[in-house]
Amino acid sequence: MQGSAKCIVSLDNFNYFRAPITTGTSVLGITFDGGVAIAADILGSYGSLARFRDCPRVMKVNDNIILGAGGDYADFQYLKDVIEQKILEEECLDDGFSLKPRALHCWLTRVMYNRRSKLDPFWNNFIVGGMQDDEPFLGTVDKLGTAYLDRHIATGYGAYIALPLMREEAEKKPNMTEKDAHKLLVKCLQVLYYRDARSFPKFQLATLTRDGVRVEGPLNVEQNWEVAHLVRGYL
Amino acid sequence: MALDVASDYYNFSGPKTARFNPYSENGGSVVAIAGDDFALLASDTRLSADFSIYTREQSKLFRLSDTTVLGCTGCWCDTLTLTRILEARMQMYLHEHNKPMSTPAVAQMLATMLYYKRFFPYYVSNVLAGLDEEGKGCVYSYDPIGHCELSTYKARGSAGALLQPLLDNQIGFQNMENVTPEPIKMDRAMAILKDVFISAAERDIHTGDSILINIITKDGIKVEKFNLRRD
Repeated sequence: MQGSAKCIVSLDNFNYFRAPITTGTSVLGITFDGGVAIAADILGSYGSLARFRDCPRVMKVNDNIILGAGGDYADFQYLKDVIEQKILEEECLDDGFSLKPRALHCWLTRVMYNRRSKLDPFWNNFIVGGMQDDEPFLGTVDKLGTAYLDRHIATGYGAYIALPLMREEAEKKPNMTEKDAHKLLVKCLQVLYYRDARSFPKFQLATLTRDGVRVEGPLNVEQNWEVAHLVRGYL
Repeated sequence: MALDVASDYYNFSGPKTARFNPYSENGGSVVAIAGDDFALLASDTRLSADFSIYTREQSKLFRLSDTTVLGCTGCWCDTLTLTRILEARMQMYLHEHNKPMSTPAVAQMLATMLYYKRFFPYYVSNVLAGLDEEGKGCVYSYDPIGHCELSTYKARGSAGALLQPLLDNQIGFQNMENVTPEPIKMDRAMAILKDVFISAAERDIHTGDSILINIITKDGIKVEKFNLRRD
């Protein structure tokens, strides 16, 4: 069905549904003074197998939207194509207007909800970032169409591991600069790399400010396994 | 015995994976109290699922007109969809009839909209509060498939079962002797409202962070914020 290459798991005659195959893990999003940043690693997992090691899943949508995706990579690629087509068609109008983050977020909400209502969801978590009316915008949509906005958003294991770190930091420093935000995101990705077995040390970082969009990467997580030699008791 | 094992082997249909569940329980509580010339509607601002807090700042109140507000909790994706359609239908009514829909009319429409999805329901509990055509406060509450009840106070959502008996006692004067029931005054209603949410936040992990109170009077709708515990 519809562009994505997923298996149909047939259990019996009436009870079948589609499951995610190649997946991406956590996505992190953060707002700072005058912009937003989204980061995710570039691993495409195949169950517990680290199969594809160059799967970029943060993208620039246009000059005022960036998008990050977790979950099924095929579904993301399909929706990426649809979104890119939308942007292309809009640019062809050449009327000086362009899609804004709230509009894309709302659209994604409807797309995801429609598919969940057919009991055949797009198996993704999306984070939409951008500037809306000169204010940073950060929102998320999951496979059900559950959507909300916040100053910090993390999906997957990031919701358990990275989000508390981000909220704690924001409490200490309410007005973060771009530099602070980057530092925090990298720290979170590092902690996730240490703890999340489906993560990867190479990641991408998309930043959106009034000056435009920057998608950097693949960058590397700084790692230090010195303490590993001190661990005792597992043998 | 051996035959039993063999038949089990042939009937085995493969590993079972949990079916996709289109619903989620995103928590949140709503409380509405109506007086003679006002209605209060409050919801907490925590959006959660299982043991995760999605966000601490999600209002679950939807202003439908100058005299009607809807509180909606349960499956958040259904809440978003239902309220979006509801808001569209408010606009359509306004342009067709050149006046905003009255609270009892919205109440009836909401029941119809919920029942329309009887066999794949919106998994939400609704509380509609506002002023009726005479300017009197009223509260309508619903089950997910459109059963509608008119009352003067109601608690719904994840802590609904915790709060309703307290409201029955404090506002409905139930299970008390030697009291004469009387309509509630605004300041007492506000005090009870805040108290019940503080209590709910103590016991219910899906309720907390803060509450938003919509105060509906003939002069319009005022919004007040009140902080709850955030753990």
